[in-house]
Amino acid sequence: MTDDYNLRGKTAVVGIGETTYYKHGQSSDPEFVLVLKAILAACADAGISPKEIDGFCSYSNDRNDPPRLANALGLPELRYSNMQWTSGGGGAAAAVQNAAGAVMAGSANVVVAYRGLAQGQFGRFGRSGGSRPVSGGAAYTLPYGMMSAAQMYAMRTTRFMHEHGVGRNAMRSIAMACYHHAQNNPRAVMNGRLLDAETYDASRWITEPYRLFDCCLENDGAAAMIITRSDHAMDLAKAPALVLGAQQSGGHRSGATAENATDYVTSSFKPAVKYLYEQAGVTPQDVDVVQSYENFTGGVVMSLIEHGLCTYENADEVLTFDNLRADGGNLPLNTSGGNLAECYMHGLGLQIEAIRQVRGESYNQVPDVKVALANAGPMVAVASTAIYGTQETLG
Amino acid sequence: MNKFTSEPHLPGLRQPAPANDGLDAPFWEGTQAHELRVQRCANCEVHQWGPEWMCHACNSMELGWVTVDPIGRIYSWQRPHHPVHRALADRGPYIIVLVELPHADNVRMVGNLLGDPLQEIEIGAPVSVVFEDHDDGDPDFTLVQWELTSNS
Repeated sequence: MTDDYNLRGKTAVVGIGETTYYKHGQSSDPEFVLVLKAILAACADAGISPKEIDGFCSYSNDRNDPPRLANALGLPELRYSNMQWTSGGGGAAAAVQNAAGAVMAGSANVVVAYRGLAQGQFGRFGRSGGSRPVSGGAAYTLPYGMMSAAQMYAMRTTRFMHEHGVGRNAMRSIAMACYHHAQNNPRAVMNGRLLDAETYDASRWITEPYRLFDCCLENDGAAAMIITRSDHAMDLAKAPALVLGAQQSGGHRSGATAENATDYVTSSFKPAVKYLYEQAGVTPQDVDVVQSYENFTGGVVMSLIEHGLCTYENADEVLTFDNLRADGGNLPLNTSGGNLAECYMHGLGLQIEAIRQVRGESYNQVPDVKVALANAGPMVAVASTAIYGTQETLG
Repeated sequence: MNKFTSEPHLPGLRQPAPANDGLDAPFWEGTQAHELRVQRCANCEVHQWGPEWMCHACNSMELGWVTVDPIGRIYSWQRPHHPVHRALADRGPYIIVLVELPHADNVRMVGNLLGDPLQEIEIGAPVSVVFEDHDDGDPDFTLVQWELTSNS
């Protein structure tokens, strides 16, 4: 592809902001206020005035709409707003992709990618109630007791473990690495709670094959990222993290109801990865640190394989606790604690941690990071994935 | 005569209703008649599930419904333990199976595997439909449940 049609390096993430991350139901702020606080924090981080914002991108049917945000912030102009449709947090990298695209197209100059979640205010993901009849795709699953997120994705993991003979050791290692990293991260909800192998193995089943510690948290909070032209980024407060590549990823009938996706044993990243690396101008060997969305650990195993970071054959040897640690591992994973142990902010926290790693600001900093990968939403109908890099990656 | 029961496996969950655009009404009418129906394209004869308004293979909108043998094999499974709905609070573990229908282009259906909730489950095992009639519904409805063929 020619440079004119590639976003590689043309935009950068220049500001990141997060609220305090709360256990579900424990935020005293309403969700909308959390989003405003995250945006202000991201602006402060970037060293810009909130009034410079002229665009918004979000995903997963975020309830906090751009006109209301622009109104609250007193923005002089709202030039761009965008929502990516997906299930769960599969759109976290897509929100950055859409922001970068808008900036490249000249549709806006300073675009915020954001997500707010207050499960206390709006109800928990992990509970299902109600008695009214269900129709459409849910009619084929819900009357059989298949309704929570864990239940929506467990059978993919069962089939994956059956077909490839890998999984449990890698899943345990992923959970332990996330909790390990959370111990150095004061933002992390699970800071102060270690997870060892015995505790993982003794934890209760949520739905076989997922144990408690295979499952993401449920939290209240908000997160925001500010994207602008990379030639403007040089003048701002922090070293820019360039957006080298960002892709959405849906495959043949990946949205088919009643578990009829043509390729069932997938994290949904197969379509995107070939475009992602080509766009970013890097290979899997160039990736220094990975933030891989854990709705459930089984999806992470598939994601890492499909991103070319290990193989079906060697996953159990590569995905060990020692190897996934920021302190000494060859494939440092989810260095903030991720959705399992930092906060479940529908994956935007993982995108932000990738920016910290590129800047050299993580609490679990991997030495000399040039290229960081952050994906979102394994096993959903449309996932997304992004690669960020330092200025020197452009050569 | 296909097998049926009037004993609900997971009582108290939300009941299914045909989509209000009529898309899958033939399926739910079929289960009440104790027939397993899926879509089949009148043009290219590909079976399709879940239902759509268009054939995904040839893009014909001439989709018909066929009754298929109510048998399949286990493609995947899970065993929920954590109750996510109040109706499941005292139920204990249960089994959800994903069943593929090799005689219908391997379309897949979700249901419960009847029998011992703690039984070992073998991917590939042959299963047969047990139509589960709910005569107390609003309106009445019938679910598609599965049991090991060796048990039937």
